[in-house]
Amino acid sequence: MKLFPHPVLSLLLGLTWLLLVGHLKLGSLVLALILAILIPQITHAYWPAAPRVKSLPRLLAYVALVVWDVILANVAVAKIVLFMPRDRIQSRFIAVPITLKSPEAIALLAGTITMTPGTVTADMNGDASVLLIHSLHAPDPDAIRDEILTRYEARLKRIFE
Amino acid sequence: MILDLLLAALLVIAGLFGLIGSYGLLRLRDGMQRLHAPTKASTVGLGAALCASVVHRLTVGDGFSPQEIVVLVFIFVTAPISANYLSKLHLFSKTHTPPSSGTGRPWATFDPTLDEDEPRLPRRDET
Repeated sequence: MKLFPHPVLSLLLGLTWLLLVGHLKLGSLVLALILAILIPQITHAYWPAAPRVKSLPRLLAYVALVVWDVILANVAVAKIVLFMPRDRIQSRFIAVPITLKSPEAIALLAGTITMTPGTVTADMNGDASVLLIHSLHAPDPDAIRDEILTRYEARLKRIFE
Repeated sequence: MILDLLLAALLVIAGLFGLIGSYGLLRLRDGMQRLHAPTKASTVGLGAALCASVVHRLTVGDGFSPQEIVVLVFIFVTAPISANYLSKLHLFSKTHTPPSSGTGRPWATFDPTLDEDEPRLPRRDET
């Protein structure tokens, strides 16, 4: 049994703990080390392989894009909630077939879809090749599916695969 | 003066989006629709409030504090999971019927097959 099966995860956990306590005393350093060893061991079953990020700048650019989209979509959904008559809101499920293979990339895509207001990832199929999305207002479901594929999935593919 | 205006604007935006999120819970019709409302409160609402806190600490208070950013990261990582569990609940309780997945495997919530490489995790029994 290795002490650090996932070095990057351990580093992130330790760093997060130090950021949360906000100072660099011996006690918090020791606790950060304990967490960095213990949490990857306990959650080992969930991380069969370490995720590989090919390009960190691209990942940061992706985060910036998502934050910008979240702000725009917030305004759009706020308008729907406030002003659109209740019986004209067309909510529906949309099946989005994906070609991503890395579990971390799929999780990130599902999280992105949920955090952008107006769409929620409800489920995926058994072999993770189709995501089930629920959209608050989708007069044109194909357009939403294509936007997810071109705007988010294509970028994640370049980052992780 | 400009700083006060900026801080006030950020706080008003935060409050406004929190309010719209809660109003959406009241106004939208069913469970799946209501799921969309709180994402506003937890993204722009919380984000604007935390921005205000960071700017205030930088200018009036005692320097940069990373805690706000850690809070925002935690919210962005964990909120989709609770939303996912709530939508799985709606699928389970049959209040909403999804379309077919269009492949050989059904939606994971209803898929009884265990994959070989899946870790042994607690599973809800089929009833």
